[in-house]
Amino acid sequence: MSPIRIVKRQEPLGWSSCFVLLAAILISLVLSGFILFVRGTPPLEGIYILFKGAFGSRYAFEDSLIKATPIFLCSLGVAVAFRLQVWNIGAEGQFALGAVGATWVALSFPEAPAYLVLPGMMAMAAIAGGFWGFIPAVLRQKLKTNEIIVTLMMNYIAILILDYLVYGAWKDPASYGFPMTPEFNTSAIVGNIGSSNFSWGLVHCVILGLIFWVFMSYTRIGFEIKASGDNVRAARYAGIPYDRLVMLVMALSGALAGWAGFLEASSTVNRLQPSIMAGYGYTAIVVAWLARLNPLYIGIAAFMLAGLRVGVEGLQLDLQVPAAFGGIIEGLILLTVLAGGLFTHYKIVFGGKGGKK
Amino acid sequence: MIARGRRKTMRFTKMLAAALLSVGLCFSQAAAEDMKVGFVYVSPIGDAGWSYAHDQGRLAVDNMDGVSTSYVEAVAEGPDSERVMLNMARKGFDVIFATSFGYMDPMLKVAKQFPDGSFMHCSGFKTADNMGNYFGRMYQARYLSGMVAGAMTKSNTLGYVAAFPIPEVIRGINAFSLGAQAMNPDVTVRVVWTKTWYDPATEKEAAKSLLDVGADVIAQHQDSPGPQEAAQEKGVYSIGYNSDMSAFAPKAHLTAPIWNWGPFYVETVKQVKAGTWKAESSWPGLADGIVDLSPMSDMVPIAVQEKVMLKKDAIIGGEKIFVGPLKDQKGVVKVAAGSALSDGDMLGMTWFVQGVVGTTE
Repeated sequence: MSPIRIVKRQEPLGWSSCFVLLAAILISLVLSGFILFVRGTPPLEGIYILFKGAFGSRYAFEDSLIKATPIFLCSLGVAVAFRLQVWNIGAEGQFALGAVGATWVALSFPEAPAYLVLPGMMAMAAIAGGFWGFIPAVLRQKLKTNEIIVTLMMNYIAILILDYLVYGAWKDPASYGFPMTPEFNTSAIVGNIGSSNFSWGLVHCVILGLIFWVFMSYTRIGFEIKASGDNVRAARYAGIPYDRLVMLVMALSGALAGWAGFLEASSTVNRLQPSIMAGYGYTAIVVAWLARLNPLYIGIAAFMLAGLRVGVEGLQLDLQVPAAFGGIIEGLILLTVLAGGLFTHYKIVFGGKGGKK
Repeated sequence: MIARGRRKTMRFTKMLAAALLSVGLCFSQAAAEDMKVGFVYVSPIGDAGWSYAHDQGRLAVDNMDGVSTSYVEAVAEGPDSERVMLNMARKGFDVIFATSFGYMDPMLKVAKQFPDGSFMHCSGFKTADNMGNYFGRMYQARYLSGMVAGAMTKSNTLGYVAAFPIPEVIRGINAFSLGAQAMNPDVTVRVVWTKTWYDPATEKEAAKSLLDVGADVIAQHQDSPGPQEAAQEKGVYSIGYNSDMSAFAPKAHLTAPIWNWGPFYVETVKQVKAGTWKAESSWPGLADGIVDLSPMSDMVPIAVQEKVMLKKDAIIGGEKIFVGPLKDQKGVVKVAAGSALSDGDMLGMTWFVQGVVGTTE
């Protein structure tokens, strides 16, 4: 008889899965500390500076929160699709097109007042992003294409569209030939709340998160999504219009990512330029997985991951740790958390004595 | 068993406290004495290219007495860079060098919030009371490298792997082409855009596509040695950039237009320390030693090397590169005979000279 067996639990861990998550993150930190040690950097000091840089001061906290906004919205969008087991890898492209849509409104109506321009930008960003999510959905249902590949490829197309506009028709004549649109008028900029550093975009995030939760938990369509996500055949048998559901879900997914693009262009950068693309769409996928597609956890995970990115910059500055280290930690966290997910459904039984937890 | 656990916790807490205390002491010690100079890089310093060259300059500053330096690498242009520079300023960095065009507006925002700091932006065009910009007349060194390429090509097709169609890159391509045409009036320069500053795989593929159309000298405005490797694998020549890339392609690498930021950075920091620094636009060139041509390989005939060195002396003596008559790809005269392009026109260059095959979009 083998001394260690892996036995499926009667019931998956409920609240205790929180401890598993924390343990996993702790293990990833220990591993990261070890990597620092091997490199010659004092590990404890390194991890301390990482946390201090991410959350340790009012500025760091603000920076992490600000950086978490686009990640949160993209992740919300990705979660909508993932709940239906439709793998939307195209948040990056939907984000880009959302930014393009919002910019079109901002540049086409420079004289209009804010209460017309801003809703117009939001609408256009959601429509453009939603459209970009809708296309792969149609292809999936009508032509049985794989949405992972289609959404991924469409990311490149979207980014090239953005580049084409910014290098060409929308280029600022006063920019010495550099690719950027003119700066948006103040009527097209989502400003800060009062005199703080926080943009109103944070409020957008909270509202959209709440709408997502209500939509998923309390509406009929939300229920249909949950049912279809678990078992497509049973859902079709029950009469749920699966094809239309996929298209709706992908459109919503794209719209949310597009909204993130609008916020980035309007509030953070105040114009459209190629460097608006910062990989948020791809980070969103990691965040959605880590948070198990739950909007509250997505908020927490987005904030944590944004904090990680911010903290790594501090680590670079103070201890000259290379930039690649941030990517390593992110990967380690994802790996350990996913591995920790094993313990939610299984437990290790040591031969003879009682099992572990 | 419980007591042992608690003792372990106590010891850990003491160790942690000691660690934190020593960290705090370290920082307070450093801050009291040295002037802090910070650098922001757009790619990792191991890129053997643009950021590597800047970091070599930083090391020169680090050697100065009473100065400590630090850097953050791989900082994306846009809001990330603003956060990085804000943090540097908050941590008391007196001088900050931002080494990529996309850092311009973020640096402007930060400079406005920290009027006591000195901010220097590389390759841009905006200034403020406490923010200057600087660049090097790399096009002069590119002209010289073009001469070498033009002399060494047999197929009369030169390949140019370029990053973004911005004036700085276009200017370099034009200077390279003019230099090549000075040695060999029949050359054409084919341009391919990679839309990235640093991506070894993409750059190598772009170089391969140029080799496929018959280019037998590959030049680049990229930060990785990818194109050099592609050239060596095909058995043709290559021109590097940023630093001497011959270690990556010893059989292909002829020469490279390179940066030498050290003296400029040291001089700037000296001026800030002495209180004589002024926020302005600086554009030093070959004459100041900020750009140079790396040593030419033995594969380049002595006669060609001598011509190149003669031209280098002439440029250092004041000779200009973009002198008329110069026509663009459509044949429109952009620089009239007998006149030279002004700095402003060079900084905003968006057209290619004749002999260049490619678009500026």
